[in-house]
Amino acid sequence: MSRAVRFAPLALLLVVIVALIWRLATPTDSNVHSTLDGKRVPEFSLPAALPEKPALSSADLASGSPHLVNVFASWCVPCVTEVKTLQVLRHSGVRVDGIAIRDRPVDLADFLARNGDPYERIGSDAESKVQISLGSSGVPESFIVDGKGVIRYQHIGPIERSDVPMILAKLEQAR
Amino acid sequence: MIAEAGLAALWLASGLAALQFLLMIAALRRGADVAGAMRSIAVVQGALTLVAFAMLLIVFARSDMSVALVFENSSAVKPFIYKIAGAWGNHEGSMLMWVTILAVAGGFLAVLGRRTSEHTLLAALGAQAVLALGFYAFLLFASNPFARLFPAPPDGQGLNPLLQDPGLAFHPPTLYLGYVGLSVAFSLAVGALLTGEVDSRLARAMRPWVLGAWILLTLGITAGSYWAYYELGWGGYWFWDPVENASLMPWLAATALLHSINVLAARGALKAWTMMLAVIAFSMSMVGTFLVRSGILTSVHAFAIDPERGTFLLALLGIYVAAAFALFALRGASLKEGAPFELVSRETGLVINNLILSVVLGIVFVGTLYPLFVEAVSGEKLSVGAPYFNAVAGPLALVLAVLVGVGPLIAWRRERRPVFKQLTIPALLGVTGLAITIILWPQMHILPRLGIMIAAYLAGASILPLTGRNPLRAPLATWGMVVAHFGIAVALFGMASNAAFTSERLAIAKPGDVLSVGPWLVALADVTPGAGKNWTAVEAELRATRGDDIVTLHPETRYFSDPPTETSESAIRTFWNGQLYTVIGKEDQSGAWQLRLWWKPFVTLIWAGGALIALGGALALVGRLWRIAWRRRSPETEWRRERYA
Repeated sequence: MSRAVRFAPLALLLVVIVALIWRLATPTDSNVHSTLDGKRVPEFSLPAALPEKPALSSADLASGSPHLVNVFASWCVPCVTEVKTLQVLRHSGVRVDGIAIRDRPVDLADFLARNGDPYERIGSDAESKVQISLGSSGVPESFIVDGKGVIRYQHIGPIERSDVPMILAKLEQAR
Repeated sequence: MIAEAGLAALWLASGLAALQFLLMIAALRRGADVAGAMRSIAVVQGALTLVAFAMLLIVFARSDMSVALVFENSSAVKPFIYKIAGAWGNHEGSMLMWVTILAVAGGFLAVLGRRTSEHTLLAALGAQAVLALGFYAFLLFASNPFARLFPAPPDGQGLNPLLQDPGLAFHPPTLYLGYVGLSVAFSLAVGALLTGEVDSRLARAMRPWVLGAWILLTLGITAGSYWAYYELGWGGYWFWDPVENASLMPWLAATALLHSINVLAARGALKAWTMMLAVIAFSMSMVGTFLVRSGILTSVHAFAIDPERGTFLLALLGIYVAAAFALFALRGASLKEGAPFELVSRETGLVINNLILSVVLGIVFVGTLYPLFVEAVSGEKLSVGAPYFNAVAGPLALVLAVLVGVGPLIAWRRERRPVFKQLTIPALLGVTGLAITIILWPQMHILPRLGIMIAAYLAGASILPLTGRNPLRAPLATWGMVVAHFGIAVALFGMASNAAFTSERLAIAKPGDVLSVGPWLVALADVTPGAGKNWTAVEAELRATRGDDIVTLHPETRYFSDPPTETSESAIRTFWNGQLYTVIGKEDQSGAWQLRLWWKPFVTLIWAGGALIALGGALALVGRLWRIAWRRRSPETEWRRERYA
């Protein structure tokens, strides 16, 4: 057996170990970053999800101040807890708009009555078309859109209480 | 006091392990006569870890919430068996179990290991002590299972409900016994490389350990696969999840080792390769533990995520494996290969077996770690899933299954007889199987079709070694081989049948609705609430009919309070020709329920095959051990060993 063959396993092992050390040493970023980051919100105009609330279109988002756009649904369980966190954000002066995915007005009204209503506008995306054009793969997801209508951040999954400072900081940057 | 006693036992055991290591150096360097001392120390060290583990079981059994680990992983209202199982259903407890098995295996090696030379045994005991020492340090400095909480909380946080299942209470211990059993093969290989005595004696000393570990790994993987099948409620039996791969990799290496060790034992050949495999098999166990315990790969099984512990485990893994590889690189050159063999011989067959198993091992290893490397290079996140593994490893496994039928028929050293003539009947069985699938199911996918063909062929071919002689006079080890190889055919048929014939039905149903799945008509009779000791549930009543068969199934969704989780308890009914698998999901606003129904023809054969493979291993082990005992009783038959080994 040649020397090279005998040392090959050791060399291979060292490569693997170095890679693993690198992996352990770099903090894991479990966030998925949107490809739309830094791009304008795609054009859309959604009908109002509830008769008493205004509808939502891309023009509403380019209003000069940052918005938090929350993709949600009354049938989504994590949204129940998230909507309470959104109210906390609302109370700290954040403008929260909603896109209700494949929802019905009755269920939505019931959901908001039961869990609270942080939304300024809610658009109804009955066929997930806007959701897909935003690059959102599920509910809940949230987008921070700056005053010019540019997406600055995509948050996948519910916004937890612990995320609130981070979200507020991102909104501040988007100002 | 109990927790402190456990901790003290651990400290003492680690001190003894250090002493054992120093004695090994004295023995190898100066030729000091320390054999008796080392054996005793190894035994006492094993006993002390058993004491520590017993103490952990006691604090869990008594729900002593002043111990942090109990508080975090148990709760006073849990059924007793899960209180006990909670002891190893967490990071610290499972690492203590790992160390306990490691040290006890070392103790047994000290008592039973009389087949190698004294020198090699002492070196192996030293290596085992070093292995144990690292894991003691890991326990004592980075994951103390006996840490106290003050003040003691009134009740604990509970065990993950997914793990509150009788199958899972015994699945980790079985796998761990298998993982750590391989440590003895590792230590013996390191010992033999140190002393340079790599010979057939060493192979015979190593073989029972490898066999035993391999049997337990086979059982552990089979049981784990069945657990995932019925508990996770997805209807699948293998997900190529990193944690599953972590158990598959040591098994693949151990399977290769099991075969190459026979070449070393019988012919004194493949020395370097067998030593390499012995090192790799246990290394893969450590890699598996590292992957699971560091949380470096995200997985449904990721129980403990802690980069600090990951670093510690990686350091241990790196030191041990690098030391063994370095030893191999330095000493490998001095290994003289044994008896030569010709191209057509049992040896060649086993070399091909080893090559294919190693390539499959490489495929699984690369597939499991690939996402890490891609992220390292390009920052891109991806995951490698079943399509890759099935497409790459599947065909190779099928080729191997074909060769499994041929290998045992070939003679050692050289084969001059026309072996393929014996395979006429099995080949006809395979062709018949293929023809039937083509005629009845022309649409079938290629892999299941080949699977059925090869399973039919292998079922016939695997029993050939028993024909042409009186089967009752065949050695038990031969029976073991035949049963294990037949088990491969059985499992393969189950997998192919499951892939080809499963019918699935996802539906929203109200009580009174009738759904069809495969040959069955399933009526949702009723949905009722239920409750258990620490959960509430909704339970569906399903009436399934097929011809004259009428059965009732009760799938449930359970809601656990601490920690708040829901699990789906599938209801499964087994028939001779398949399983009816039912899951109830959520209720929608209109009072209708999600139902998932599967009819899976012959799916049970997958696990029956796994059990047969393990049984084959057990027969071989009993056969080998019995033969050792018999030889010890009658030394005058020593010549038989030379002839028949």
